[in-house]
Amino acid sequence: MSQLSRSDVANLARLARIDMTDAELDHLATEMDVILAAVARVQEVATPEIAPTSHPIPIHNVTRPDVVSASLTPEAALSGAPAQEDNRFRVPQILGEEA
Amino acid sequence: MTLTYEDVIAKYEPVLGLEVHVELNTHSKMFCGCSTDFGGEPNTQTCPVCLGMPGALPVVNEKAIESSILIGLALNCSIAPFSRFSRKNYFYPDMPKNFQISQYDEPICVNGYLDVEIDTEEGIKKFRVEIERVHMEEDTGKSLHVGGATGRIHGADYSLLDYNRAGIPLVEIVTKIVPGTGKYAPEVAKAYVAQLRDILRSLGVSDVRMEQGSLRCDANVSLRLIGAEQLGTRSETKNVNSLRSVERAVRGEMIRHAELLNKGERVVQETRHFQEDTGLTRSGRSKEQAEDYRYFPEPDLVPVAPDAAWIEKLRESLPEHPSLRRARLQEQWAVPDKEMAAMLNADALDIVEETVLLGADPTRARGWWLGEISRIANESGVAIVELAITPKDVAQIVALVAKGDLTDKLARQVVEGVIAGEGTPQQVIDSRGLKVVSDESALMAAIERAIAAQPETAEKIRNGHIPAAGALIGAVMKDTKGQADAARVRELLLAHLGQPNTINP
Repeated sequence: MSQLSRSDVANLARLARIDMTDAELDHLATEMDVILAAVARVQEVATPEIAPTSHPIPIHNVTRPDVVSASLTPEAALSGAPAQEDNRFRVPQILGEEA
Repeated sequence: MTLTYEDVIAKYEPVLGLEVHVELNTHSKMFCGCSTDFGGEPNTQTCPVCLGMPGALPVVNEKAIESSILIGLALNCSIAPFSRFSRKNYFYPDMPKNFQISQYDEPICVNGYLDVEIDTEEGIKKFRVEIERVHMEEDTGKSLHVGGATGRIHGADYSLLDYNRAGIPLVEIVTKIVPGTGKYAPEVAKAYVAQLRDILRSLGVSDVRMEQGSLRCDANVSLRLIGAEQLGTRSETKNVNSLRSVERAVRGEMIRHAELLNKGERVVQETRHFQEDTGLTRSGRSKEQAEDYRYFPEPDLVPVAPDAAWIEKLRESLPEHPSLRRARLQEQWAVPDKEMAAMLNADALDIVEETVLLGADPTRARGWWLGEISRIANESGVAIVELAITPKDVAQIVALVAKGDLTDKLARQVVEGVIAGEGTPQQVIDSRGLKVVSDESALMAAIERAIAAQPETAEKIRNGHIPAAGALIGAVMKDTKGQADAARVRELLLAHLGQPNTINP
């Protein structure tokens, strides 16, 4: 039974800024559905006694003291930037005229 | 046709919701060791973690967790025994990672409240603002929009990003909806933010400077017909950068909503930006497409599970609660209720206390801040703290009045001069020639006229011939139609001509 519709996949692609062709959407809608179905088997063994977990190892409170350490130089920070200006990252237009 | 506020509240009930973001004052960022200092050169406080470089791993700042728990405790919240970070996914260049680490369904503090008091014509009214949650997240970078007409994001050609602020610990405090404030909604919103700020300041967890953005308020407002059950559509106003603006923004949105509803139009659920100059809001990013942040647990951070001992240790370190401090100061200074409320409303408690700590009499200090200084602030449309007069200035002025060097009337001129940027009280006194004069400034003018009319007599007096003063005193008495105190005129005259007042007339 289908869990994930073609429009769900199209929406995910939009949210992830991935441009997809119709053929790719058709293909992925089927494929991702199969993947989800496989992963969904976990739910069969889940019981109320088992707390949902986001980590395989039960550790918590891993913290660091509030101490300043060295930062990168602006040159190093910007070295991988496709564009820069006045020691700032330069990015393309964010919003158009309306909105 | 513009509705009046009275029209609005006669028909509609406002419902408030307030989200306050607080930048914590930790030395280092939330998840890395970069400095949090304000005002550094662009991109000098970044590292692979806060730039979102692949493979860089965040580690939580312990102080930030403690500050968050302190905030929760001070707001009567329950501290969650187990709390997790989540990724909030969105594409916007203010976060280089393309997600913000925040908390979603498991915030660190939940279910608190803050009682606020406002002063109304019906007396002091108390409102309980319930807190839904307090959660931890990280601040975003700063964008500079280049090109376009106004420097706004809309129509800009491109944007420049400085990530010094990206990753600074941020705590978001979200209220439940606040119904039942009626016409007092704007005042309640302001009082809530003011009291929250006082608490945060007393905890020492943030600089809470609204003008620098370390305390930011988003005001959600909706209207419903009085008696209606269902909530109206809300708008969310951002960019509210002062206490006064909180009140203006809520009031303005109430009127805007009512105008739409009266015309049979719908309120659009959207983000609006407050305009400081007009007091109005303008539409920001439209939320037509429901936001879909696809939150999921942050896999690079382990859960936070503060144990009871840690929480109790923090609870013991809580400072005097601002409401207790207010009660204490009110008693120490013997302030009547009504005036206490006025002082809180003017946001003057801290500044009066500072003035008192510098030696001023509490009643006098309060009188200046809430009287002349507030009047000037109101006329200029700014808060008293924004004026160029400090507690030290006011304490000096109070002392000069107490010594008799200034009358109240002259002191008002000194206050005016200090606010006008003419310098310290002493500089204003010197430059305006207010030194050692009485409140009878008309008297001084008369003395000047007498001297100008009889320069030779004045010269004699200057040369030490004191008995000649009689002629000038007589002229002044005539000039003032005998209403002046001759002894006082003599004092003033001799002082003015640089002679000691040796002989009593």
